[in-house]
Amino acid sequence: MSPLIFLLAAACGGLGAAVRYLVDVGVARVAGTRFPWGVMAINITGSFLLGVVIGMLPDAAFIVGAGFLGGYTTFSTAMVDTVSLWRDGERRASVFNAVGMLVLALAAAAAGLALAS
Amino acid sequence: MTQVTAPLPPRTALRRAALAGFGGMIGTAARLGLGMLIPDAAIAVLIANLAGALILGILTARLPASDLRVFLGTGVLGGFTTYSAFAVDAVQLWGASALLSFGYLAGSLIGGLLAAIIGLHLGAALGRAAHARRAS
Repeated sequence: MSPLIFLLAAACGGLGAAVRYLVDVGVARVAGTRFPWGVMAINITGSFLLGVVIGMLPDAAFIVGAGFLGGYTTFSTAMVDTVSLWRDGERRASVFNAVGMLVLALAAAAAGLALAS
Repeated sequence: MTQVTAPLPPRTALRRAALAGFGGMIGTAARLGLGMLIPDAAIAVLIANLAGALILGILTARLPASDLRVFLGTGVLGGFTTYSAFAVDAVQLWGASALLSFGYLAGSLIGGLLAAIIGLHLGAALGRAAHARRAS
């Protein structure tokens, strides 16, 4: 891989992270609850879009998939949020944030892949 | 987690979006670099996700909501870890071996939660140690 492609993918990951921050802040303001709906929505939509990109645009998978969508979605925040909710006694919200997100993201990824095939 | 407090002033939100973007570029480059070192893409993502959850746990316990935490947490670690590749890899693995896919999912989720718990405890312990040093 050329260094240019690598840098482009990394820059797209940065763009994805900036979009994630703005979506997260925007959703938190609209939803007005403590539950991290923003990250939930980001990880589900990102999983769907990665399925579509891998299926339909394999040539763009590195820059758009691993780069932009990799930076847009996040695993670490989902894990720390789940533990924080549990510690604060919001057990059902915590389980939903872990298992609900997983099931919905898998369904979204499968749907994205199926759409392309 | 995004704190539900007074809305951020637009300038603060835009500055932090730029910081998240800059950090996300660094984190994404590190994840892509790791992917080149480790031939199995799913294993590379698993390692990035577990390491990222551990370090974000430490940061969350140590740093207040601030520009630095947005840069390091939302940006660098958010970009280093990824959910989309994890979900798509698991679905594609399912086609090859349901058992392997289930193991990958369970290992990521249980490992990720354990990493976050350990990180949060470690961060709190580091905070107490720093506090004790300052007090003595």
